[in-house]
Amino acid sequence: MPLWLRLLPALTLLAMLGPVAAGLAGTLLPALGVYPAAGRTGGSVQPLRALLDWPGLAAAVRLSVTTGLVSTMAALGIVTLFLAGWSGTRAFRVLELLLSPLLSVPHAATAFGLAFLIAPSGWIVRLLSPWATGWERPPDVIVTQDPWGLSMAAGLTVKEMPFLLLMALAALGQSDWRRRMRVATALGYGRVAGWLKAVFPAVYAQIRLPVYVVLAYSMSVVDVALILGPSTPPTLSVQIVRWMGDPDLAMRLTAAAAAMLQLALVAGALALWRLGEVAVARIGLRWIARGGRGAGADPVLRPLALGAAGLSAASVLLGLFTLAIWSVAGFWGFPDALPEGLSGRSWMRFARDGGGAIAQTAIIAAVATGVALALVIGCLEAEHRRRRPLSQKGLWLIYLPLLVPQTAFLPGLQTLLLTAGLSSGIGPVILAHIVFVLPYVFLSLGDPWRAWEPRYATVAAALGTTPTGTLWRVRLPMLLRPVLIAAAVGASVSVGQYLPTLIVGGGRVETLTTEAVALASGGDRRAIGTWGLAQTAAVILPFALALILPALIFRNRRGLHG
Amino acid sequence: MIRSVLPALLLAAPAFAQTDPADWDAVTEAAEGQTVYWHAWGGSTATNDFIAWVGERVEGEYGVTLEHVKLADTADAVTRVLSEKQAGEDEDGAVDLIWINGPNFASMKAEDLLYGPFAEELPNWEHVDVDGKTVETDFTVPTEGYEAPWAMAQVVFMHDTDDLPDPLPSAEAILDWAEANPGRFTYPQPPDFLGTTFLKQTLIELTDDNKTLMQPADEADFDAVVQPLWDYLDALTPNLWRGGRAYPQSGPDQLRLMADDEIDLAISFSPGEASTAIADLRLPDSVRTFVLEDGTLGNASFVAIPYNSGSKEGAMVVANFLMSPEAQVKAQDPDVLGYGTVLDVEDLPQEWREAFDALDLGVATLSPEELGEVQPEPHPSWMTRIADTWAERYGAGQ
Repeated sequence: MPLWLRLLPALTLLAMLGPVAAGLAGTLLPALGVYPAAGRTGGSVQPLRALLDWPGLAAAVRLSVTTGLVSTMAALGIVTLFLAGWSGTRAFRVLELLLSPLLSVPHAATAFGLAFLIAPSGWIVRLLSPWATGWERPPDVIVTQDPWGLSMAAGLTVKEMPFLLLMALAALGQSDWRRRMRVATALGYGRVAGWLKAVFPAVYAQIRLPVYVVLAYSMSVVDVALILGPSTPPTLSVQIVRWMGDPDLAMRLTAAAAAMLQLALVAGALALWRLGEVAVARIGLRWIARGGRGAGADPVLRPLALGAAGLSAASVLLGLFTLAIWSVAGFWGFPDALPEGLSGRSWMRFARDGGGAIAQTAIIAAVATGVALALVIGCLEAEHRRRRPLSQKGLWLIYLPLLVPQTAFLPGLQTLLLTAGLSSGIGPVILAHIVFVLPYVFLSLGDPWRAWEPRYATVAAALGTTPTGTLWRVRLPMLLRPVLIAAAVGASVSVGQYLPTLIVGGGRVETLTTEAVALASGGDRRAIGTWGLAQTAAVILPFALALILPALIFRNRRGLHG
Repeated sequence: MIRSVLPALLLAAPAFAQTDPADWDAVTEAAEGQTVYWHAWGGSTATNDFIAWVGERVEGEYGVTLEHVKLADTADAVTRVLSEKQAGEDEDGAVDLIWINGPNFASMKAEDLLYGPFAEELPNWEHVDVDGKTVETDFTVPTEGYEAPWAMAQVVFMHDTDDLPDPLPSAEAILDWAEANPGRFTYPQPPDFLGTTFLKQTLIELTDDNKTLMQPADEADFDAVVQPLWDYLDALTPNLWRGGRAYPQSGPDQLRLMADDEIDLAISFSPGEASTAIADLRLPDSVRTFVLEDGTLGNASFVAIPYNSGSKEGAMVVANFLMSPEAQVKAQDPDVLGYGTVLDVEDLPQEWREAFDALDLGVATLSPEELGEVQPEPHPSWMTRIADTWAERYGAGQ
């Protein structure tokens, strides 16, 4: 094996974990009171004390934990019930088709759409007012920004559900579920109960890490919390970003201390979840051993599952639809179901201002994805030639950057990059994006890569081709479709990044996402609609290419039609 | 030989980059070809449009490329300059120009993060209304040429005449109306500057001792001075939108609530904002504005240049252009921004005086006479402490 190929796995790990480790160190020091720029060099417990003195701490911590746990449980619950009740049916295939593109809708756009849908002056109430509700003015009830974080948890649930569903579908393919279900059905088990008892354990074992990612992400998300979450107090992550931006420079130290607390919270919640897994496994084993057939539950649970999955898909799609209406709306007051008139002003502004952001978004996504793809293919090829598949430990390493809260390491990373002289331009932003793009590309490409029939390589070798020749001329062409899909996943992850672009780019790097969130702070729904749609389009385009290109290139290769 | 010259050249380089602001020809010459990254709040499409126009003009006239870095919060730029200082990036930082005032300015000036003095050397300073407008102090902190003014702001209240036809003359009248119409008023959540402005405005209304507010808060009996404000808010809060359990997060967020008919009364720091928003279809055309009988708070918006900008000359060119009659007329046009001018209009050449007189200020904008008395901003320490105590009583600590 050539030397460069042998070094690639180490290089990949460095690209993924180096920035995280360095950023954490860069956050830890200010948390301990070391911050030369503000004249602090001695170290003290003052930042920690300031954090503990903040009156909203208990509520902010509670909010971070509850919204994270509730939304993860809800998303996992809906996915599980939906798979249990409907996998293999026509309704399932329809919803799967609807949900897959939703995976790529950026978090911020989803949250905007949902906020306008469910607010007391939102679209649903407008459609029903005043003829059905009698409301000439919107009712003064708290829906979005509720102090319990329910609307925020709902937003996270509908956004994370498609992700978990796709992960579970991939796992389902390897779980031999049809035969398991055939046995369960033959023994008289109901559909849902049989699936939960015979298939779920095998599926969950494989999606455990994605579930952890959803939990860690939901606990530390900033953009969704800003749009749907409460503000008296906000979640801990939002407060960290606020403190980072406080004119009083001493607050940066408090922010760093809070970032360390956020890290501990996520670690604690993951440990709690792990304990929950053990408990559920125990109870589940006893439940399985009791042998109840649960056939009576199906008529209740199956419609419930379909309703929940359908509602969550519908809310994202309707939200996007309202964004589209807003982007061309004239004045649109309550309780009008539609705007008074149409206006192209918002799109004209976008045509004038959007070019730079589109170009930056495309360049960053293309380079970050290209680098990630090269590293991942190198790693997978090295793994293949060594004949040593990825261990569970290795998988943990890949997931690690996704499990560390962004607010915990990005501020430290910014300082580090500046010290290294990488202060301007989009280079550092691309490096930061690679941290998040790499794991997703790896996870997306790993399974199809390993599933490739190795006897093709044997045949190629027998015909005198070198291993590298086989890679370029046989394996990569045959795996074009999964490679392109992995690239599309990588590009969509890059397009959606908000905090890494903002913090590492020092605000100099404008992408569709940073612009959209900046406009959100202004609350102008026309601009939000326009930029949110543009952002969504930027994510869907690579997926469309990934589906169309192989069909074009392989139009005369029937065996390669997926 | 070469080895001994090189360090000297490197040391000399920063000196070359610093053109004397008083030598305007040298400034414009050095500015040509520079790119200026202007960090300014990006939440308002009207402001973004205006800055894009400024970019076209300085590009055409001076060859300066202006890039608007749209911030969600001005303090992000302060953070950036601070991080750069920490990392030793003293030559060519990311920020060349910041839209700034109040506590952010006080903080950057105190930490030596600003370039200057430069503002009073700029050619267009001559028409600035130094006597009539608060352009040489920023929240009582002397600017000393470290920031250049470009817009005047004054507190007005926007009311939806469909639901609240008549102006309310005082803070007490606002409370009475809110108690009679619960859920129809709110203000942006402090520490948002507009929310804090509402608190300061109310305090000025309620207290008899405005002189104390000009001193640092630590030098006064803070609790006693501010107590009337908390008594007032204790009565007002249950009658706010959502019973005070949620607040809009910014001024424009508050406009959205008004457009959605969730509230009927909102504070603004720009007399022309309502007219601009009506023209931009962001507010219903039934909205009008009023000021309180005893006058309302006013201040100036400034631009400042960080000490480590690599394009200081270009930044000065932009700052100077912002003070030009051309830019000031444009900014005061309600179809554009509706911001008050920093210039002494009477002192201008006739063509520009006429241009200002010809402006139609818009349906919802009060005339300069109607705006009445301007009250000065309290010392920035009041803003910070009031916002902190507010958070404990009504925000994070509720």
